[in-house]
Amino acid sequence: MFRYYLRLAWLSIRRNPILTALMVAAIGVGIGACTTTLTVYHLMARNPIPEKSDTLYRVLVDSWDPDRPYYDGDQGAAPPFMMTHQDAIALMRSEIPTHQAAMYRTAFVVQSDNPEIAPDTYSARATYRGFFDMFGLDFIYGDSWDEAADEDGELVVVINRALNEDLFDGEDPVGRELKLSGTVFRVAGVVENWNPIPRFHDLNGKFRDSAALMVPFRAAVNLESEVNGSISCWKPEDINSFQDFLNSECVWIKFWAQLDNPEQHAAFMDFLNSYTQEQKALGRFPRPMDNRLIDVMNWLEFRKVVSEDNVVLAGLSFLFLMVCLLNTVGLLLAKFIGGASIAGIRRALGASRGALFRQHIVEISVIGLAGGLLGLGLAALGLKAVRGWFEDFEKVTQLDWSMVGIALGLALIASLAAGLYPTWRVCRIAPARYLKTQ
Amino acid sequence: MLQMEHVSKVYRTDLVETHALRDFNLHVANGEFVAVSGPSGSGKTTFLNIAGLLETFSGGTYRLDGENVSGLSDDARSRIRNRKIGFIFQSFNLIPDLDVFDNVDVPLRYRGMSGDERKRRIDRALEMVGLGARRKHLPSQLSGGQQQRVAIARALAGEPRLILADEPTGNLDSLMARQVLDILEEINGQGTTIVMVTHDPELARRAHRNVHVLDGAITDFKPYEPDPERADAVALSA
Repeated sequence: MFRYYLRLAWLSIRRNPILTALMVAAIGVGIGACTTTLTVYHLMARNPIPEKSDTLYRVLVDSWDPDRPYYDGDQGAAPPFMMTHQDAIALMRSEIPTHQAAMYRTAFVVQSDNPEIAPDTYSARATYRGFFDMFGLDFIYGDSWDEAADEDGELVVVINRALNEDLFDGEDPVGRELKLSGTVFRVAGVVENWNPIPRFHDLNGKFRDSAALMVPFRAAVNLESEVNGSISCWKPEDINSFQDFLNSECVWIKFWAQLDNPEQHAAFMDFLNSYTQEQKALGRFPRPMDNRLIDVMNWLEFRKVVSEDNVVLAGLSFLFLMVCLLNTVGLLLAKFIGGASIAGIRRALGASRGALFRQHIVEISVIGLAGGLLGLGLAALGLKAVRGWFEDFEKVTQLDWSMVGIALGLALIASLAAGLYPTWRVCRIAPARYLKTQ
Repeated sequence: MLQMEHVSKVYRTDLVETHALRDFNLHVANGEFVAVSGPSGSGKTTFLNIAGLLETFSGGTYRLDGENVSGLSDDARSRIRNRKIGFIFQSFNLIPDLDVFDNVDVPLRYRGMSGDERKRRIDRALEMVGLGARRKHLPSQLSGGQQQRVAIARALAGEPRLILADEPTGNLDSLMARQVLDILEEINGQGTTIVMVTHDPELARRAHRNVHVLDGAITDFKPYEPDPERADAVALSA
């Protein structure tokens, strides 16, 4: 019977093409608006590393100004989101976390040994070898650098697949040389492109690509590679050299640790507290102790990766969908009541109310799916427009398959919701009423 | 086939109570061809709607093909309509988007028959009304008489025990009306019971029995006396 109902739906749509087009348009516009805002919301709010998000922690220690907290927003006072060089180096000595990595963003002018490729500037991450295992980066060639490279600041580099394609045509470059801002580095490995959305480990440019190359933290510091991220200082500092900067109380280093169980978590927190007490004894950390370990999803929430504007916008788009649906209810009512005489004939010839109900539900579903497809088209245009307005939103304005499914599902549910009352009405008609007047 | 005893039908609004049928008694035997006549507003159509289970009634009892249909659920009434009753309406009531074949197919679709069985029945019904060559025509491409023959084919395809016809020739000229009546007589001759509402005395004369309805009740009732020549067909249908 389903195929029969599909055919009847098609005939009914052909009978009232304008009414049908209006319904498809109403559903399509509503779904388009919803899908546009939901796509942005869904990509902003999603878990960027679901397999590990509850064991990865952003580490915060409060070395800030005794007179005012680093952050004093609607979530109360909080320690600095980054840490000083001396604190990062000290915390890296802990052996408690499964993996840990201090990091900062820098950039290098990259020049390969191929003279045909012009040098270009690439974003880089200065970090520790723990970065790769902690965040689960997959190696295509080679491996991460070893512990000695971290200790000694060896001139080794790990590049991502995209950069490897650009520089080495995707071939195995392990052991080959790469000039980074004039200094020769040896390629240790190639990782798959790793671009978590949002870029939770460095929210400065939260929807942008991750760095194309990674170098040992100490190597970058030794080369005095500039910091391509936030630097915050709470007191005047006499900074005349890079070493002065490293010794200062300015915060600029992000620190992540992997703590796999509550015992590890408690032990590392004890370690942080002990470190803070030590520093207090040395005259640093003048504020009350406020060390924090914040897991990935709480970190994203704390940093308001999804702004309230986005939430409001998503809510408004749903309200708009409701308005579109109310219009659809009216149009469906007009269409179905207009076809009541045919429904009356079918009832007289033996169609049960259930059969009529199913027939109309199939028709509504067809209209809903058509509206959903139109909505997807409109959403694609809407997302393109958002991309045009906000460069940073490139990554959160891509329609993925899950959103296509959600949009079509939403269209189906919305149209069925809109169609229930008109369908109920047409199924309740007294057949005799229409047989004389047809 | 059809037994109505003391059937009444009252339409109520806040202000008015209208008795469309009152103490309505009618027995129609298997294989009978009964014409029901009466002035407009006398209750003929209400009777036909109740007989066809298109409307419920307010009081009395109604047995159709031996089954008491009082108080049946809507689904059960739909099922009986679909399996036992064929309708022929004055205004044909064909579905304009469907071609002749698909119009005749409508009642069969709700019976869950196989495609082959439906096709076989539709072909036979269309051949019987002489429209075998018009199966792909839309109703709008047919004359009034042809449309009524499609409606008859639709009623016949389900092989019903009872055909209810409401002014089946009311919208036809005399030649077409005669053709339609010939077909109805042929169907009745094969044992199908027919109850026909009509204003037309000539049509009524061709029925076995005439019943006159006035003010919602039968005023002129004669018990059925089978025609010996039709005995075989009637016995078959019983």
